[in-house]
Amino acid sequence: MLIPHPILGSRDAREFTYLGDVRLVDRPDPTGPDAEAAFCDYVFLRDNPAGVHRELWFHEQGDRSCLVVTRSTITHDILGAELARDFALARKRGGE
Amino acid sequence: MTRLSGGLVDRSQTLNFTFDGKQYHGYPGDTLASALLANGVRLMGRSFKYHRPRGVFSAGSEEPNALVELRSGARQEPNTRATVAELFEGLVARSQNRWPSLGFDALAVNDLLSPFFTAGFYYKTFMWPKAFWEMLYEPAIRKAAGLGSLSMQADPDAYDKGFLHCDVLVIGGGPAGLAAVLTAARSGARVILADEDFRLGGRLLAETETLDGAPATDWISALETEFESLPNVRVMRRTTVFGVFDHGIYGAVERVSDHLAEPGDKVRQTLWRITAKRAILASGATERPIAFADNDRPGIMLAGAMRAYANRWAACPSKTIAVFTNNDDGHRTARDLAAKGVHVAAVIDARREARARGDYRVIAGGMVTGSRGRLGLRAIEVSTNGRREWIECGSLGVSGGWNPNVHLTSHHRGRPVWNEALQAFLPGADGPAGLLPVGAAAGHFSTAQTLRSGAEAALRALTELAIAAAPPVLPQSEESGYGVAPIFHVAGKKRAWVDFQNDVTVKDLKIAHAENMRPVEHLKRYTTLGMATDQGKTSNVTGLAVMAELTGKSIPETGTTIFRPPYTPVTISVLGGGDTGPHFRPRRLTPTHNWAEAQGAVFVETGQWMRAEYFPRQSETHWRQSVDRETKAVRSAVGLCDVSTLGKVDVQGADAGEFLNRLYSNVMDTLKVGRVRYGLMLREDGFAYDDGTCARLAEDHYVVTTTTANAGLVYRNMEFARQCLWPELDVQVISTTDAWAQIAVAGPKSRALLTRIVDGFDLSNDAFPFMACAELVVCGGLRARLFRISFSGELAFEIAVPARYGHALMERLMQAGADLGATPYGVEALSVLRVEKGHVGGSELNGQSTAAMLGLGKMVSQKKDAIGAVMSRREGLAGDIRRIVGLQPVERAGKVVAGSHLFTVGAPQNLDTDQGWITSACYSPHVGSMIGLGFLENGDQRIGEVIVAANPVEGESERLRIVPAHFVDPEGARLRD
Amino acid sequence: MKFSGFRVFAEALKGNTGWRPLWRNPEPKSDYDYVVVGGGGHGLATAYYLAKTFGQSRIAVLEKGWLGSGNIGRNTTIIRSNYLLPGNEPFYEFSMKLWEGLEQELNFNAMVSQRGVINLFHSDSQHDSFRRRANAVILAGADARLLSREDLRAMVPFLNFDNARFPIRGALLQPRGGTARHDGVAWGYARGADLRGVDLIQNCEVTGFRIVDGKIRGVETSRGYIGAGKVGVAVAGSSGRVMAMAGMRLPMESHVLQAYVSEGLKPILPGVITFGAGHFYISQSDKGGLVFGGDIDGYNSYAQRGNLPVVEHAAECGLALMPMIGRARLLRMWGGLMDMSMDGSPIIDRTNIEGLFFNGGWCIGGFKATPASGYSFAHLLATGSPHETARAYRLDRFSRGYVIDETGTGAHPNLH
Repeated sequence: MLIPHPILGSRDAREFTYLGDVRLVDRPDPTGPDAEAAFCDYVFLRDNPAGVHRELWFHEQGDRSCLVVTRSTITHDILGAELARDFALARKRGGE
Repeated sequence: MTRLSGGLVDRSQTLNFTFDGKQYHGYPGDTLASALLANGVRLMGRSFKYHRPRGVFSAGSEEPNALVELRSGARQEPNTRATVAELFEGLVARSQNRWPSLGFDALAVNDLLSPFFTAGFYYKTFMWPKAFWEMLYEPAIRKAAGLGSLSMQADPDAYDKGFLHCDVLVIGGGPAGLAAVLTAARSGARVILADEDFRLGGRLLAETETLDGAPATDWISALETEFESLPNVRVMRRTTVFGVFDHGIYGAVERVSDHLAEPGDKVRQTLWRITAKRAILASGATERPIAFADNDRPGIMLAGAMRAYANRWAACPSKTIAVFTNNDDGHRTARDLAAKGVHVAAVIDARREARARGDYRVIAGGMVTGSRGRLGLRAIEVSTNGRREWIECGSLGVSGGWNPNVHLTSHHRGRPVWNEALQAFLPGADGPAGLLPVGAAAGHFSTAQTLRSGAEAALRALTELAIAAAPPVLPQSEESGYGVAPIFHVAGKKRAWVDFQNDVTVKDLKIAHAENMRPVEHLKRYTTLGMATDQGKTSNVTGLAVMAELTGKSIPETGTTIFRPPYTPVTISVLGGGDTGPHFRPRRLTPTHNWAEAQGAVFVETGQWMRAEYFPRQSETHWRQSVDRETKAVRSAVGLCDVSTLGKVDVQGADAGEFLNRLYSNVMDTLKVGRVRYGLMLREDGFAYDDGTCARLAEDHYVVTTTTANAGLVYRNMEFARQCLWPELDVQVISTTDAWAQIAVAGPKSRALLTRIVDGFDLSNDAFPFMACAELVVCGGLRARLFRISFSGELAFEIAVPARYGHALMERLMQAGADLGATPYGVEALSVLRVEKGHVGGSELNGQSTAAMLGLGKMVSQKKDAIGAVMSRREGLAGDIRRIVGLQPVERAGKVVAGSHLFTVGAPQNLDTDQGWITSACYSPHVGSMIGLGFLENGDQRIGEVIVAANPVEGESERLRIVPAHFVDPEGARLRD
Repeated sequence: MKFSGFRVFAEALKGNTGWRPLWRNPEPKSDYDYVVVGGGGHGLATAYYLAKTFGQSRIAVLEKGWLGSGNIGRNTTIIRSNYLLPGNEPFYEFSMKLWEGLEQELNFNAMVSQRGVINLFHSDSQHDSFRRRANAVILAGADARLLSREDLRAMVPFLNFDNARFPIRGALLQPRGGTARHDGVAWGYARGADLRGVDLIQNCEVTGFRIVDGKIRGVETSRGYIGAGKVGVAVAGSSGRVMAMAGMRLPMESHVLQAYVSEGLKPILPGVITFGAGHFYISQSDKGGLVFGGDIDGYNSYAQRGNLPVVEHAAECGLALMPMIGRARLLRMWGGLMDMSMDGSPIIDRTNIEGLFFNGGWCIGGFKATPASGYSFAHLLATGSPHETARAYRLDRFSRGYVIDETGTGAHPNLH
């Protein structure tokens, strides 16, 4: 596989470590009323779609950036990639 | 001798070789198969199940029959296809799967028993009596099965791996591929041509047709010269593209020196991962046979192969041949061989309207219905309109039509599509993105069509890549069509082989049909059709066609067959490259490794690291003596241990404290500058993850350590937390594990020793108390970091210097501490010291334990959130009553064995009564007996109780007393001293 | 038709014209008492035991493709019962006992071959953890032995004892472990179920569940609606896709696991060998092919194919372990769809929809579980309560904190 790194260009997936579903970015509020249930959902449950999947890849043998990669789990085609930090910041701003 | 005139062999040089011990000779340009045929050898192997005598069937990588053990000694190579093995001087080959000899094979008795050994027979028998399967039936089957044998020695050759990148990869160097390369090469695009053959030209080399009125080799030579001159073109001969992987990555194996007697200073093969923006699949087509009774005798081969042997290699299996065909192509074989002076006894053309295309007899509407000749073909039976005749011939060329080599197009599980006119599967539209099939692989069977399709595909690829290109002038060539009739097998009572290697006959397919094993995958799996080393290249379509006939459905209704990588079998060694044996994984060496080696240390693998296990002295004959001595030295004087392997992460930024607060279960932001705190990390699921220390060097600067095992994981997790969870925090992290050498200086005299090397730094207890840290200067100007932390329970420090000074620091400490009894200690003593002190290690922090189990429950702050805090409160974790305890044998000489399970005395021993297990154990010089740590139900409330440690796997059981999990200085006075 | 050596002989004398279909191709009926979704090993075994052991009838198995086309058709065929944790070991030992009587029970030779499973260890700490595991296995009534380096060398002298990056220190051996002919298992169960009246319906894809008032009524399929009293889903890597149609999210991800087979070779490996210094396992089939596998590719995938890095890794492990396989050739590689659960252990449980039951999360080790999984799922479907050896395999163990995490790697499906 080749991962289109937004800064470094196309890089071999061997350089990356797969971290999983992008929803791992959405860590629940630990003080919320149903925090334990929310965390169980966050830690364990997955949509696991057959199709477009947004997921985290860590450029461990590279620049150490986490990427959000949009990829088809059926064809493995990659539809886009962005820095996870930007994604997470935008997410937080949107949520606030 | 059956060597003909002409051909592309170099008669100026003779190559000697042996087959089954007998001497033969051939020429450069020969394959083993062509040379054997030229020497009159038709019998080359035995089939898998019935041990039927077999000869060469094809002239390429699709060969099912002529498999040999090539070379000898450690280079012995089983199942090598003689058809692709290039001849070299001194080549040694042996036939396989026969005993005692190829001519007389005892297991050929299987052939007589074939009515019992039909498809799926083994699923129906060998069940009684039960115990006989492993004892009798299976060993017999295993012994009889298999093909070639391994030498059982390590492969002595070197291998390599590499990456290549190009705009256009052309797979196959036949006419379509060459036209594609030509088009792309002149555009300036980066082009790679990979061809599995050792000579470019593909099918052109096997035919007599001309290009622009001249031999095809003239055109090929001109192209080779041109390609050679272009820096943007790389021609890779002997290179098989075996698989298509994601995003335009193609796996290829270059056989660098398989054509040489020995590789010398070269590698044997190289694994290439070729990243191509576009790829052109010019893999040609494979001929298929027509199945008829006894169609597997040596001498019966594909008609196109017979023609290739005659034209390219000037070899022919016999002076008299016949051809059996259902298409026009078979006639070319008759015409070409007749032209070479071979007697063509007849062309049997299953089509009634067939006519001769040369000076030979044609039997139109005829069928071959039988054959004779035990070890080689003598005659064939031909039936025409109910009339039977026997025709003598030593070889029969069979052509049932051509199957485009669509294999790579189905590597992404794309399905080929049936073409009724061509009676063949063509590449489907759902093949890998960017892979363009051309030429015969795309169903173009005339040379002119093939050339055009190659050039057109290259133009299309270049256009897509926005590279300007002009269509090349292609040579004038044949436009002849290709007519084929849908005839796949000849009905009859005797066995007609479909899959030659695995001995699958039409009868087997009929049984599979009768038993409702009709879906293609059932058919294949039940009969083993297409599962042999040739992966069904010559048999799958025929098998499918026969099943279609039996079910009365069309071929596409019956199913398609897709292919998986690799296209042809790939040597396991080349997939491993050089990363084998001691090079399987990197060896990480500590900064003091060379020093320790010079001290005679014994090393042990801990993950990728090599660490000193202990430092034996000459008088010591057993490792325990060394470890006891080292342990005692730490407890009584001072010991030195390289702990650089611990993960070290620099954490900086205004929010560094807050960041660590969220990572560690205990509070870190209140830590004062110049102080260290022990920290516990949980996983988000609430289980204990890792422990280490956090040292605060400045308001906005922490240095944290992790365990050796988790260094990479913890760092990864920190980056995840920084970028994904809390990107708003002002914090940066970087791993500095390899940047610092860190040495533990432990023992009552550690302060005395360090005082001798620090540059004006007050080490007194008041100035630098337990859990203090500082940046300082040592040894007259070397910057260092000092941490007053203790893993052993003694007064202890860890001193860090830039990694390149680690060796010198160790020498200096040894020198300065000689009179203090400074003693290097290894990881064994380190482990004894930590068990004595009751510190948890990898055996306790195994990813299955909670903080409470580890006795660290209080470290999980209830006042703040951190990773894992919420989930650690789930009932299963909160309710886990196992606690860490110390264990000591009731009898002083008793054993404590890690991995033993713990039971109440007198209780039955089973999973339900199991109360825990021993995690770590060692001999404690301090206690004077073996000691251990373990997890035990309610262990913290059972101090003093005697329990049973059961170790049934080694037949042992021991009574142990439960004690607190610290055997040394439980009050912690020593380390604060 | 009863299969035996005599039958093979008698049919041979008749020219092999008397063989009959191993199972029927029935048209789906309008409704059944039990619909098992998934005609792989676990689904077929479930239907078999429902009919045979639990005496149930009106049972259908719905299979999207052909029978046995799931992971039972593509795996490395290993059977063993040498698990560490009490939630797992009794279940796998139950499975092993079923394996041991399977062929006589099914009257079909699935070539269950107990030639031993060897797990190598390379360090003292691995030795300790294998001792803990061996003792757990023995305490559960199964078999385990610890082999010293010398014992091991006598048994498998061709391993790399002298020139390895991670020296072999010894091994855990389960003598009763081994392999079975994977397709044969599927066919044996299919034939057994069919003989007992189960309708095995191929090319029948479930496209939806009909749920009324929180209760299952039937399934929508590519061959029309089929009513059902109870529905059991056993679709492995497709679990996420199928259960999503019932509105459920699961604690699992689908990943690709590649496996490999070499060309046929004369026998070299006696049983199964696993490498403790890299994820790698190997055995040799009765036909002579070396069957081996390694890590999963590690990213979510439904593609049933993988990529080269993992292939190379498996080859490196194989060569590090047994350098003499280097000149053999890899013949075929394939990818299977793994239902990787969040703790590496399976789920056999009811769901919050009445009458809908779920079986999945087998990760890379579902083959060895086939008999016990089928038996336990049938038990649950027929009696409404879990089989005693499968009690721990509940869906709510994640939220309640009773995970069964053999490797201690936590909620990272790609690390199990």
